[in-house]
Amino acid sequence: MSREKFTSFVSTAVPMPVENADTDQIIPARFLKATSREGFGDNLFRDWRYDSNNQPKPDFVLNNPNYSGQILVSGKNFGSGSSREHAAWAIYDYGFRVVVSSFFADIFKGNSLNNGLLPVQVSPEDLEDIFNTININNQAQFKVDLENQTFTNATTSKDISFEINPYKKECLLNGYDDIDYLLNLKPEIEAFEQSRT
Amino acid sequence: MAKTLFDKIWDAHVVKSMKDGPDVLYIDKHLIHEVTSPQAFAGLEKRGIGVARPENTVATADHNVPTENQHLPIQDQLSRFQVDKLTENCKKFGVTLYGLNHPYQGIVHVIGPQLGHTQPGMTIVCGDSHTSTHGAFGAIAFGIGTSEVEMVLATQCIMQPKPKKMRITVDGVLSAGVTAKDVVLYILAQVTASGGTGHFIEFAGSAIKSLSMEGRMTVCNMSIEMGARGGLIAPDETTFDYIKGKEFAPQGADFDTAVDEWKKLYSDDGAKFDTEFNFDAADIEPMITYGTNPGMGAKVKGKIPAYCEVPESDRKTLEKSLAYMGFNADEQIAGKAVDYVFVGSCTNGRIEDLREVANLVKGKKKADNITAWIVPGSKQVEQQANEEGITKILEEAGFKLRQPGCSACLAMNDDKIPAGKYAVSTSNRNFEGRQGPGARTLLASPLTAAAVAITGKIIDPREII
Repeated sequence: MSREKFTSFVSTAVPMPVENADTDQIIPARFLKATSREGFGDNLFRDWRYDSNNQPKPDFVLNNPNYSGQILVSGKNFGSGSSREHAAWAIYDYGFRVVVSSFFADIFKGNSLNNGLLPVQVSPEDLEDIFNTININNQAQFKVDLENQTFTNATTSKDISFEINPYKKECLLNGYDDIDYLLNLKPEIEAFEQSRT
Repeated sequence: MAKTLFDKIWDAHVVKSMKDGPDVLYIDKHLIHEVTSPQAFAGLEKRGIGVARPENTVATADHNVPTENQHLPIQDQLSRFQVDKLTENCKKFGVTLYGLNHPYQGIVHVIGPQLGHTQPGMTIVCGDSHTSTHGAFGAIAFGIGTSEVEMVLATQCIMQPKPKKMRITVDGVLSAGVTAKDVVLYILAQVTASGGTGHFIEFAGSAIKSLSMEGRMTVCNMSIEMGARGGLIAPDETTFDYIKGKEFAPQGADFDTAVDEWKKLYSDDGAKFDTEFNFDAADIEPMITYGTNPGMGAKVKGKIPAYCEVPESDRKTLEKSLAYMGFNADEQIAGKAVDYVFVGSCTNGRIEDLREVANLVKGKKKADNITAWIVPGSKQVEQQANEEGITKILEEAGFKLRQPGCSACLAMNDDKIPAGKYAVSTSNRNFEGRQGPGARTLLASPLTAAAVAITGKIIDPREII
């Protein structure tokens, strides 16, 4: 089944300079009771975003009208904890297409790539610069170019190159799906099973 | 060429390697549960395909189930719908299900080993990060997302980049009152909650070898808390003795043949690891966490670090954590008042854990200020606790054994710690809100949790053993 193709874009960014934003913050377990993939964005960062009376907390960045865009910028070790893919679904459903951090937890990274959400890993220094740029100007623009693997800070004109597995890059650019690829490998998989018995 | 244990197992399961891409890895055992599988089954339906190898797939309901009155319909509508959906999907796709009230039901990582589904040399996946638990048997076991659950259901394969390899060696003898949980919390405090990122960890050394299978499972369980994909331990006689006679393990002559193969599963002398750590068992004491990630741990008798003791880059995180926990830097941990004690989870919900708790509380009484939830990891653990008289000992001390499930570890069901309350928990994560919105979690061993339940405050269990 094909997915939406990942295309280059320019956007403002939402800064969340918190480290270890774990999956229980991204989407708390009590919101994992759904049996579909949609609608998780409403509860993205639920307990940081809303108080116990379900009122928006004004000091949380997603409630601050000065910040918007398709890029979320966060501190190191983003997405640690649970394997819940709901975390990637929630971020995507909210409207983000890229998360920038100085490093990502492994399972979260895999889940994101399987859902058209691009994790962009940058150096701690570059991350600091990005935060600074947004601090000075909340309308600062950033360009994401997956084809050329660059994340560009338009304010400083700095191109930051990022790593991505070439296979996963092809999948994102073309909207390919791992399962289609594996289903086509059926003869090889069956031969492998035969070889072990 | 000298190979690591990890490489031996991984390489034997590669169906196809892709240049610069992930490997196509064959999966021997796929465990599923109600929370991360419905969207995967829906995906199969959309594609019009079935489960490739239902005989290698096992399901249970654990994350979302109540731990009281399991004979009644689940009260929470959404939870009930999710559990019913699992039943419906398993029936439709021909997957064995140990549902609620089945004698084999329980936390997926407790029942796999207990039933003999988990065996050395296997590749095992589940839509749950604590799948790393099964690595204790010398298996490659790791947590996956729902898209990957669908992948494995559809093809019995997964696409994975090969991780780097780390070895953590703990040599020496653990002193009395120091348990597997303390070992892994100690390692976490040294390596940090992200120190294992990108790696698969082999735990080795005489202190690791001295652990029971239950203890080894506790250690491998929390390898994910270091950010690692998983952890594993080379199988030995302890492993084989545990597996022998388990229902779904090889039986009779087949078992002997299997053991001969399993004995080849170890890291060769001179095998290369990308990263190595070495620790001395003598340095390990009962541990507890004070912060909001599992790497923020200290000796129970120790202090929360002062700001000047942590690298400058970590101070903001420490400050945020301590504000959430209501603690101050540089203060003593022991003596702090506690409200809740939770014994259970895939980390410490096995029979050995309940035995440790029972041994400590026998003849004593629960402190009045403590609400204690003791939740067996499975129906089999529950039955064993009844047979061994553990349930009775707990009751005499003022505790009650609940029914099996993940419970307050992730608080998906009604077992939630109220906001602002302190819980000493034998589970695996002390993240903000993990045990309920605003709940404050301190991770510790079952022995420490039992001592806290008796005294009502944080205490080194060695003081009352």
